[in-house]
Amino acid sequence: MNWQMLTLVGKDRPGIVAQVTEALYQGGWTLGETSMIRLGGNFTIMMMVNGGQSEQALNLVIAPVADRLGLRFHQDPMQGGLHQHCVPNFQVRVNGADRAGIVAEVTGKLAESGFNILELNSDVVGSLEKPVYIMTIQGYAETTVETLEASLGRLESEQIDVHVSPIETLIG
Amino acid sequence: MAILEILELPDPRLKEVADEVVDFNEELLAFIEDLEETRLSGPAAVGIAAPQVGRQQRIIIIDCSTTRKPVPNHGRLVLVNPEITEWDGFELGREGCLSVPDYTGNVIRAERIKLHACCPTGEPLEYEMEGYEARALQHEVDHLDGILFVDRLVSRRTDLFQRKVYQVCAKNPAAQGRDG
Repeated sequence: MNWQMLTLVGKDRPGIVAQVTEALYQGGWTLGETSMIRLGGNFTIMMMVNGGQSEQALNLVIAPVADRLGLRFHQDPMQGGLHQHCVPNFQVRVNGADRAGIVAEVTGKLAESGFNILELNSDVVGSLEKPVYIMTIQGYAETTVETLEASLGRLESEQIDVHVSPIETLIG
Repeated sequence: MAILEILELPDPRLKEVADEVVDFNEELLAFIEDLEETRLSGPAAVGIAAPQVGRQQRIIIIDCSTTRKPVPNHGRLVLVNPEITEWDGFELGREGCLSVPDYTGNVIRAERIKLHACCPTGEPLEYEMEGYEARALQHEVDHLDGILFVDRLVSRRTDLFQRKVYQVCAKNPAAQGRDG
């Protein structure tokens, strides 16, 4: 399958997904996995699209609708495809007073433990005067909770709360 | 003994409400043996419900005694006509399903439940469950009501908004998809 990764970003408003996907559908493109989220009031989406057509053909389909909606877009040919899910076995929750470098520190420690991040969400909440950083990470690692906790331990002394818990996915 | 075919989404039979078991007989016991053999034949499932193999009757099996990290559990349970009578608390957890291959997602379930049911020979049973076992029970009882975990998926950001969720489902978290 000849998948392409299509990314669109811009000012959020109702109807973007409907108009973009309608243009793709009319152009003969199908969707695979997608991820849309609003970041700082902006619309962001990444979509696996496939139409057995060229990059130029995708550009011709998307450019008009992106222009109409005031969106910037980017497309990349991609390796891989569907049905390649990896089930996370650990969750890491982080929160603390917002300061530069939290993500780099936490994920750096996780990477040293061979932790592969599968999902990461972070947000700045609280008040303007006292911003608080909250992050949740789900991922996979061939290690133990204790090992991960130990590797992240130093951060806790820097007024960041880090909590590691195993994820036991229930199959029923 | 036989391994039965697992129905998979979007088979419409998975969306049916199953009937109460009325006849507690030899045939029922034989079916339960097949159901258990089917559960054990696939990928590490902690539970299975009769509708997943196309039998529209209220029969489930759960066994939470073999998790990686031990959890409170009652061992292997075969429950006929199970009915949850009390729900308390809520928590987010990741679930998958024999009937929905290649997908897992987050679902809110009650943390603690009380239930009554019958054993395969018809005698009444009562249980209190918590945590992972309560989750498994709720997942399987959902199958009896034609509900799959994908009908209860929550956003990946939901756990950042627990207060809102709590207001919605404090009374009965498991019922929100059914009633809402």
